[in-house]
Amino acid sequence: MYEGLMLTSQNDVDFMIHGLFSYNFFGQELWITTSHVYLLIVVISLIIFFIVGGLVFRKADKIPGTFQNILEIIVEFLDGIVKGSMGRNGDGFRNYIGVLFIFILFSNISGLFGLRPPTADYGVTLPLGIITFMLIHINQFRFNSLGSIWKDMTSPLPPWLPIWLPINIISEIAVPISLSLRLFANVLSGTVMMALVYGLLKWIAMGWPAALHAYFDLFSGAIQTYVFCMLTMTYINNAIGEREDVQEEAKA
Amino acid sequence: MEFNESFILGCSAIGAGLAVIAGIGPGVGQGIAAGYGASAVGRNPGAKGDIMSTMLLGQAVAETTGLYGLLIAMLLLFVKPLI
Repeated sequence: MYEGLMLTSQNDVDFMIHGLFSYNFFGQELWITTSHVYLLIVVISLIIFFIVGGLVFRKADKIPGTFQNILEIIVEFLDGIVKGSMGRNGDGFRNYIGVLFIFILFSNISGLFGLRPPTADYGVTLPLGIITFMLIHINQFRFNSLGSIWKDMTSPLPPWLPIWLPINIISEIAVPISLSLRLFANVLSGTVMMALVYGLLKWIAMGWPAALHAYFDLFSGAIQTYVFCMLTMTYINNAIGEREDVQEEAKA
Repeated sequence: MEFNESFILGCSAIGAGLAVIAGIGPGVGQGIAAGYGASAVGRNPGAKGDIMSTMLLGQAVAETTGLYGLLIAMLLLFVKPLI
């Protein structure tokens, strides 16, 4: 296998993304990197997990077995956090948030299995942030009138004085960048730390780095997953939420 | 005046060291958040779950500025944009 494909196999500090082979795409040289391979591994294991879960739920018992119990706990937890932070706005977003949560969680945890986490590549987290950005604005335009969006964009000042508009636009653009950079930098810092421990200590790093893995991969990864999903839900809920205020004002 | 490569590398290393000073702010902020979280749990132990999740969310958001500093340090050390 290509050297550097495993994070822990080096006798030197190495946490970079490596190119596996290049190909030509309309005259540009692009690379298939190790990130693609790890992403593929994560996605394939998730697909297998989901297929097995679907088979279990096809003949679900009233008295659940072990695996069915685990799946029910996961689904109830995900539905619970969506309902808790979005209320009844969240009905249409359960599937997306659930998939997002499980995907980011598995990506972050894959550092435990010796992979370089795919979320430590900015090319993976930026699309996630952009999807959130698109969801925010599509829902804003779906549920709000153009007038109220304009009023919102010029918000501290009255609508006929759009001096604050550029600053508000910048703060809107900062949302996906800060979301994706937060996830990326957190996972990257854990990856660098583990690579330093394994690369510099060599044979001394036997066994006890498991504690570091538990912190950097499990705890930090789970917290960042939760934060990413929570912020996505909060932003989308803010984008939708004004609709109800407008309706209530119209009724009153 | 002509600067050679090792001079730029050394200055990049100094810049990386200065950039991670950004970690002070989030450290203070997270500590304050954790302290208020602890006092809130002491006042109302029943709401421990909600307090914990709110505190962790706030801390993770506050951590972002420190991570920006870390990112700048990483860029200076490994991507070497100035050479």
